Amino acid sequence: MSTATEQKPLVALDGLSKTFDLSPPLLNRLIERKGRRSLRAVDGLNIDIPRGKTFALVGESGCGKSTVAKLVVGLHGASAGKITFDGTDLTKLAAADRGAFRKRIQMIFQDPYASLNPRWRVRDIIAEPLRSFGITSSKAEERAEVGRLLELVGLSARDGEKFPHEFSGGQRQRISIARAISSKPEFLVCDEPTSALDVSVQSQVLNLMRDLQDELGLTYLFISHDLAVVDFMSDYVGVMYLGRLVEAGPAERIFSAPEHPYTRLLMDTVPDITMGRRNRAPVIGEVPNPITPPPGCSFNPRCPLANDRCRAQAPEARKRAGGSIVACHAVEEGRDTPETVACETGEGARMQLARGAA
Amino acid sequence: MSTTTFPNAPLLSVRDLSICFDTRHGPLRAVDGITFDLAPGEILGMVGESGAGKSLTGTAITGLLERPGRIDRGEILFEGKRIDTLSPDEMRRLRGRRIGAIFQDPLTSLNPLMTVGQQLVQTIRTHLPKSKDAARARAIECLAEVGIPAPEARIDQYPHQFSGGMRQRVVIALALCAEPSLVIADEPTTALDVSIQAQILDLLKKMCRERGAAVILVTHDMGVIAETADRVAVMYSGRVVEIGSVDRVVRDPRHPYTKGLMQSIPRVGSGVQRLTQIDGAMPRLTDLPSGCAFHPRCPRAFDTCQQTRPAALPVEGGHVACHLYQEEPA
Repeated sequence: MSTATEQKPLVALDGLSKTFDLSPPLLNRLIERKGRRSLRAVDGLNIDIPRGKTFALVGESGCGKSTVAKLVVGLHGASAGKITFDGTDLTKLAAADRGAFRKRIQMIFQDPYASLNPRWRVRDIIAEPLRSFGITSSKAEERAEVGRLLELVGLSARDGEKFPHEFSGGQRQRISIARAISSKPEFLVCDEPTSALDVSVQSQVLNLMRDLQDELGLTYLFISHDLAVVDFMSDYVGVMYLGRLVEAGPAERIFSAPEHPYTRLLMDTVPDITMGRRNRAPVIGEVPNPITPPPGCSFNPRCPLANDRCRAQAPEARKRAGGSIVACHAVEEGRDTPETVACETGEGARMQLARGAA
Repeated sequence: MSTTTFPNAPLLSVRDLSICFDTRHGPLRAVDGITFDLAPGEILGMVGESGAGKSLTGTAITGLLERPGRIDRGEILFEGKRIDTLSPDEMRRLRGRRIGAIFQDPLTSLNPLMTVGQQLVQTIRTHLPKSKDAARARAIECLAEVGIPAPEARIDQYPHQFSGGMRQRVVIALALCAEPSLVIADEPTTALDVSIQAQILDLLKKMCRERGAAVILVTHDMGVIAETADRVAVMYSGRVVEIGSVDRVVRDPRHPYTKGLMQSIPRVGSGVQRLTQIDGAMPRLTDLPSGCAFHPRCPRAFDTCQQTRPAALPVEGGHVACHLYQEEPA
């Protein structure tokens, strides 16, 4: 199941699951005879992230990718499965022992307007991890370290005196990055770090993140819905759909020869400035409600290749030639071999899944 | 409202439009002298970073500009008549009937306390002389046209019972049910997932093409424009820096900002190790640089750029506002 076998991964998720309880209160259950309800936000995720590499999770809203980020940094407790970081299972760790790992795992959030305290000066925002982990011993040392971090992310040491509102969105995200790397972490979880930014600023932040990775040897779990950004940033890609990993593998493999019908659909719907007005295959349907997922493969109502087996049995993830893993009956059985597959759907729409390996 | 349009006359003509906000520290000019024409049935994309003034332009055309914002210069001509000077009542009659609007968040643009049917019937009856039953029948037709399955049943449901993509379909039905000749779509797909975004863009394009409605598509996403629009206006700091056919602007951008913008967009399969970046950020309205607003970030700026504001110069079926093209006519 591993996507990289050459070395021991820094982070390994094994069968990681998270179920949220959405049951009505006990009294309502008794009086109105309502049953328990739950939502499987993440369902049996297996991911290995080698040291110094970037693993990207992509998927649409509600697919569970942000839940994975929160599980990994410990903001949610896992319902099942293991999160192994450098040989230690974080899910088994007592709260008191987690502190040591917090220093080594940091997170960058999506919205730099919400993730920085507006009443704190930037130097305090960045120094907070230094103080709470006891990294610096004196005020002078702290000041020097904050200045160094600000310069590392392309701001000036004097900016530490300012408040967050004095900065633009891109500069704020640089401050978030400076804070995240202040405790010298090995592993950064980045949840949509550039989706709140404009494109010209996004490229600055993405370049900075790659430079920092090279300089500091960081490992990234990069969460995004933007395939072009993922293609630029990542070494490995996992595609999620309704809490499950449908396809994962080396980035070049996923982007040049996507196999799962959902991955192909995603690739086909990315607006691209170079393609002009191509005749895009009409995409049908929407992501189903995760509280009541369809039986069998959760993608079957939208899939042009779905048959009775897909509607009855959830597919297992299988290793494919080329180093990726794919969870799809059609791919496994070779039903997807003709490059163009057309089929009637419930609404009578025709959908074509044509995409030559670029 | 007269609907006699000459085949070549522009449907909408914006002339030297400036929008200004009065603040305690003096007026802030958020949109500064923009000029463009829109032909009947044409899709014009407006692209730019947040704060470039693209949404404000759309708001001014729909007459929804609120205090302290005001139009302090220029004019907006719709079907040959000035609409920026109309009274709120006259504007209300025009809006919805002749000019439709689609906003970013479908949940906030629908009334949560009314069924989608009530909202559609209300809009239809406000603008068209139809009986209640006829309006309801038309509303069901509208829902069917925007691809909502089982419209007879869905018409009596509330907005919260629809998914994001379906809600935006309802908003499109609302905007188009009175058959307007101009639709202002402000970031219509930004709140939606990519696979839904493609559906909604295709739908918007198809519906407007069928009805011959012109569209101003406001977005920050150049990819959306490239796939949807005929022409594109690139905005920076309240000014249109470049306008032209989408094919030309994508293939051969002239303004240094447009060039940088195009190159900074990551692309699937490009295999680059570094993205081209435009250093710095768009200036705040409170301290706009002199001359060309882009000159502090421009790799090709020279002395003139700091002193005088560039005029719009004609290039291949459009305009570019840049001193680079002043000296050596293209």
